[in-house]
Amino acid sequence: MFLKSNLERPFPSEKIALHNRNVSRLKYERSNPANNRHHGLVPGPCAEFLARGGKSVQMYEIVKAEKLTPDVIKLEIKAPHIARKAKAGQFIMVTPTEHGERVPLTMADFSPEKGTITIAALEVGKTTRQLGRMKAGDQLFSLVGPLGLPTHLKNYGNVVSIGGGIGLALMYPIVRAFKQSGNHTINIIGAKNEKLLMYEKEIQAISDEFFICTDDGSKGHHGFVSDVLKKLIAENKKIDLVYAVGPIIMMKVIANITKPYNLPTIVSLNPIMVDGTGMCGSCRVIIGGETKFGCVDGPEFDGHKVDFDNLTARNKRYIPEEQNALKRFMEAK
Amino acid sequence: MAEEEKKPKKIVPKKYPMPEQDPKERIHNFNEVPIGQDAQTAIAEAQRCLQCKRGPNRKVCMDGCPVEIDIPRFIKQVQLGNMAEAIKIIRENQNLPAVCGRVCPYENQCEGFCVVGKKNEPVGIGRLERYLADWERREQKHGKIDVPPPTGKKVAVVGGGPAGLTVAGDLAKLGHKVTVFEALQYCGGVLIYGIPEFRLPKEIVRAEVDYLSRMGVEIHNDYVIGKLETVDELLKSYDAVFIGTGAGLPDWTNLKGENLNGIMSANEFLTRVNLMKAFKFPEYDTPIRVGDRVVTIGGGNVAMDCARTSLRLGCKESVILYRRSDAELPARREEIHHAKDEGVRFELLAAPLEFIGDEQGNVKQVKAIRMQLGEPDASGRRRPVKIPGSEFIIDAQTVLIAIGQSPNPLVPMTTPDLKTTKEGTIAVDENGRTSKIGVFAGGDIASGAATVILAMGDGKRAAKALHKFIMGERTWPAPEVFEKLSCEM
Repeated sequence: MFLKSNLERPFPSEKIALHNRNVSRLKYERSNPANNRHHGLVPGPCAEFLARGGKSVQMYEIVKAEKLTPDVIKLEIKAPHIARKAKAGQFIMVTPTEHGERVPLTMADFSPEKGTITIAALEVGKTTRQLGRMKAGDQLFSLVGPLGLPTHLKNYGNVVSIGGGIGLALMYPIVRAFKQSGNHTINIIGAKNEKLLMYEKEIQAISDEFFICTDDGSKGHHGFVSDVLKKLIAENKKIDLVYAVGPIIMMKVIANITKPYNLPTIVSLNPIMVDGTGMCGSCRVIIGGETKFGCVDGPEFDGHKVDFDNLTARNKRYIPEEQNALKRFMEAK
Repeated sequence: MAEEEKKPKKIVPKKYPMPEQDPKERIHNFNEVPIGQDAQTAIAEAQRCLQCKRGPNRKVCMDGCPVEIDIPRFIKQVQLGNMAEAIKIIRENQNLPAVCGRVCPYENQCEGFCVVGKKNEPVGIGRLERYLADWERREQKHGKIDVPPPTGKKVAVVGGGPAGLTVAGDLAKLGHKVTVFEALQYCGGVLIYGIPEFRLPKEIVRAEVDYLSRMGVEIHNDYVIGKLETVDELLKSYDAVFIGTGAGLPDWTNLKGENLNGIMSANEFLTRVNLMKAFKFPEYDTPIRVGDRVVTIGGGNVAMDCARTSLRLGCKESVILYRRSDAELPARREEIHHAKDEGVRFELLAAPLEFIGDEQGNVKQVKAIRMQLGEPDASGRRRPVKIPGSEFIIDAQTVLIAIGQSPNPLVPMTTPDLKTTKEGTIAVDENGRTSKIGVFAGGDIASGAATVILAMGDGKRAAKALHKFIMGERTWPAPEVFEKLSCEM
């Protein structure tokens, strides 16, 4: 009885009036962005925490910054926890500033003794150019790694490692690891011209056989790295493994050359990533018809199974936005 | 009936309304949709509570709460206007009140058991929790939170999501030294990368995480366990380890054309927008583009988040494609209403068949088919069956795949003696104990994709068992228990 009448009873009018007043006040307060206290967004007790960008641990200090070529920056970063665990072929995700994006960069070197890792980046977009302007003593907002599977190392016999462009920086620790595993290392390095060659001396020092190629002939062989590989194959050189790292088109050409001879070929891919830990699938690549994640299943894959055209198309996803960001960045400074 | 008659109290039949942003306005911004109530409304709402007593045969609000907050007790304090005391009561059991006051499915939990709710609308318990948490964040002073003297025990928590943060908070309250290892740059897990800003502002998550650090919890961001250190290595320097690495692996439809540009997992889309703040591009560097029409595949809370986020990113039409009917939509009703209010189009009883791309490799259309509901399947829900010849094409510039997530494999993969189930979840007993002595697990990594509050409930139980374990009660289930668990599920 009571309940029924209670249900029919109107909402107490004074309470409605009070409520309406509250709502209109809240709405008014919310309309002014400076006064969003009901939203709870005032940096109250957490002001200090927010000042650190919500980070509880220190940032990551750059101990050395150096230009390898006019467009390639090499940064040595203090990160003892990563240096201790890093292995050849793995990468890190770096976010230069709080507003930055997470970009995957393969490690060019790592030293557990010094507690540092070294990354090299080709300055093409906003984030990499931002890295390019960083100096010793600067701090990186976020650095995560080591990520991805390391290069599978064993004594294969004769290993031909091929690097092009920025791939040269990434190739160095891998060649070193192949050498340490007892392989006979044949290394082919290439760039557009002599000035863009990197890690030449370092790689040469650990090579059993060493070839240089430049597109314009300014140093070494006049032509592509693939020409040297073709020549080696034509000479019936015993090759047990081919490792290629560099521009997608270079890796595709190499894989196409070795396929008819069934030469095992590993390529190191560079798809667009967001988290880099297997969570989002931005980096998915097609390997032998199957979808794989570049970040956790790679970054190295069997070159004969990679769908390079899909990778090329997927890496063009955000070109207009990338150009927009770069333009703004260049204009601002 | 008799209950209420005894109390000659006039119950206000409905919850005091929660002011919300107008749908027309809110689809153009990322501000939170419910604006929040003020003190008078909170007190009035609390006065609707009957302060029922819990009994063996009488289920009340507390029975619905996975973290067992003493609800009547805190509501009593709100009735008296004693907010500081009220939030203290919540904090006894709940480490993330501002989060749960927003994203808990109260209708099935506390409010589902509310005695007032039998005949009227239940007491707005969720709103009160939210009010108190927001009040606390506004009013409280800086500085350390008092915890008991250190016990000297060290615990590592892997994964800074809802489960991990709950364990961290509960153990810190007992005086243990807790270190949380989080892979991303901010702690919070799904609260940071998954749930959108307009449902859960990220500043609030940060403040909750900050509360834990003020309790002495150490937080290591950018720290991927499984890569930097394995669980075995952690066990060398910690007395116990809790794994709460969540369900971070997106599920795919495996249909033709899924790798076209413009097709993303819900995880990628939401991570770009929430964690990386792509909605503020170019102020923030991570890009996102949606085009004119976004088709979201799936009908859960994540799908609603995707569809509503798309609208805010400026698409002209946001469509949900779901293979069952409205009644079976797994999302919370509140989320579905919000989505409908904002103009999300529901294309129900329809499933995708294929994704069609243009010459540049961008998705342009989804080929789909109409479905009807057939016989109930193992889950008890009626199985959707294709209607032959009912194929249709829907244009789309972006397709979001929101059909579920699987457990993150990284930690199980790098911990060889950790038993997992067929679904990839870590096998645990009812106290979150795993097949590895000293290692506990909870949240989505143990249960499969579920909700924030269930993960917190797991964390709560695991924290209790973990506390007992490190304080010397080192009993552990026999290996056969986990053998059985890993086969059963």
